[in-house]
Amino acid sequence: MTDYLLYPGCSMETSARAYYDSLKAIAGPIGLNLKEIDDWNCCGATEYLGISLTPAYALIARNLALASNAANGTRTLVAPCSACYLNLAKADYYMNERPKLGQMVNEALEAGGLSYTPGSLDIRHLLDVLVYDIGLSAIEKKVVQPLTNLRVAPYLGCMVPRPDYQHRWSDHEQPIELDLLLKALGAQVIEFPLKTECCGGHMTQIGPATAFEMIRRLISGADEHEADVMVTVCPMCQLNLDGYQGEANRFFGTNYHMPILFFTQLMGLAFGIDPKELGFGLELVSAKNVLDTLGIKAPPETPPAPPRRPRKPEGLPMPKPLKRPKVEELEKEVTQ
Amino acid sequence: MTDQMIAPPIPIQAQGEDLTLLEEVASRTAGVSRLEMCIQCGTCGGSCPSADAMDHTPRMLFAMLRAGMRQEALKSNTPWICVSCYHCVVRCPQEVHIADVMYTLKSMAIRAKLYRDSTAPDFSQTFVGMVEEYGRSFELGLASQHYLKHFPLRLPNMMPMGMGMLSKKRMSLTPKRIKHINQLKTILKRAKELEAEQ
Repeated sequence: MTDYLLYPGCSMETSARAYYDSLKAIAGPIGLNLKEIDDWNCCGATEYLGISLTPAYALIARNLALASNAANGTRTLVAPCSACYLNLAKADYYMNERPKLGQMVNEALEAGGLSYTPGSLDIRHLLDVLVYDIGLSAIEKKVVQPLTNLRVAPYLGCMVPRPDYQHRWSDHEQPIELDLLLKALGAQVIEFPLKTECCGGHMTQIGPATAFEMIRRLISGADEHEADVMVTVCPMCQLNLDGYQGEANRFFGTNYHMPILFFTQLMGLAFGIDPKELGFGLELVSAKNVLDTLGIKAPPETPPAPPRRPRKPEGLPMPKPLKRPKVEELEKEVTQ
Repeated sequence: MTDQMIAPPIPIQAQGEDLTLLEEVASRTAGVSRLEMCIQCGTCGGSCPSADAMDHTPRMLFAMLRAGMRQEALKSNTPWICVSCYHCVVRCPQEVHIADVMYTLKSMAIRAKLYRDSTAPDFSQTFVGMVEEYGRSFELGLASQHYLKHFPLRLPNMMPMGMGMLSKKRMSLTPKRIKHINQLKTILKRAKELEAEQ
C-alpha cells in the first residue's frame, strides 16, 4: 500500500459524490491508501483569487498547512478535483516564486497558529498518481471485465494539464495519460481533439450563452465521433456537461444524450465492482447505455416522485369548459 | 533563454502613486507576472475559447495597461469573461501569467467599483461569502441567491436540473461548517488586514 494525503474538495461530498464513491471503491484493489486531511476548507475555486490576493492564498494555504502537519511518512497530497489541484499547486508554487507572498500568507496563517513552507508538499492530481505511481500494468492486472466495445471520449478539461507548474504531463493540450489508462481498461478510446478544451467553468452562472456554446461544442464533438460516453477527471466538468446538458439542448434545439462519467467509475466497472458502489445512477444524463453495452445490470433508479392523484372529472362543482372549435376548423373558416 | 534575458520581477512591495498602471498590476499579481514582457503577438486572444464575448482581447487589454488607460482597462469585461482555461498561458511565447493577471484586474475592478455588469462580481462575492461563513462552498444557497437576483427567468428551465440534483442528493439542503471555522475566520481577517496595507 502506498500512502497519500487526500484533499477531496467540496464537490466530492455533494455534486461529485459518484467520483468520491468510485474512488473509495477502487482505492483498495489498486493499493492506494488515501488519508483525508482533517478539517480541510474550500480552496476558493476560481472565485476568491479574483477578489483579494492575500486572503485567497491564505484560504488555500490553510489546507497546505494542515496537510503538512498530517504528513507522516508521505509528502504527496492528492487532489481529485481539477480546480482544487490547481489552487493547491498554485499557492505552493507562487509562495515560493514570490517570497513576499509566502511571507504575507504565513503571517496570516500564524494568526491561526499555522504555517506552511512552500515546497514541503508534492501536490498531484489523482490521475497523475494512478498512471505514474500505481502504474498502468498494475491497473491492467486488476481488470476482470474489460470495457470492450465501449467507445469512450477522454476528456480532461483545462486545469489538470495546464498550467502544469511541475511539468508532470505529457502535453499541455493533447496529453495521453487518460487515453492510456482507459485503454488499459480495455475500452475503445476515440480520438478526441477537444480533450482539454474548456467546459465553461463558472460561465454557466455568469454568461449562459457563452457557457452553452462551450458545452455544445464538447458534447457534439464526442457525439460526432460516436462516443458512448464521455469520461472526465473533474467535478466541475462533470457538473457542467451532465447537469447543464439539458438546458444547453433546449437553448440550441438539439437533442444530445451524452452520459458523462468519472474515470474512476469506469475503472470500478472494469474491476468488476457493483455499479451501485460506483455512484452509477447519480448522473442526470443516464449512463444506462454504458452498462447495457457491457452487459451489466443497472442499479434501480431512484424512484420518481409519486404521480399526482388523477383529478376526478366530477370532482369539483365547476362549470364545464366551453367547447372550443379546433384550430384546424378555425383555419378552414379563415381560408374559406 | 538565459537568466540574464529575463527582466527582474517588479517587487510586490512596490507601492505609491508613482507606480505606472502596468507596475501596479504586476505588483498585485501572485508570482512573477512577466506582464512587462508582452510582445503584443496576439497568441492569447487567438487561443481564447471565450474571446468572442470579450470587450478586448487580452493582447489589447495589456496594451491598454501599458498605455495607462486605467478606467478603460478596469471597466473592460475581459477579465470577467476569462474562464481560466490557461490555453493562453501555456502558448504565450513570453510566458506571461495571463490568467493570474486577469484575477488581479478583477480584484482591482472590484476595489475601484469599475465593473459594468455585476453578474460575475456578485457571483464571486456570494460564493466567497459562503466560504468565509462555513469554510465550505454551499451550492444550494449560492445558486438560489444568485439566480433569483441575476437570472430569475432561467429558473423554470433550471428546475429539472435542480430537482435532479436534490433528489439524487448531489446538492445538500444545508451548509456544512468546518470544525475550526473560527481559526479560518481569524486567518482570513489577518489576511485582509495585510492586503489592505498593500
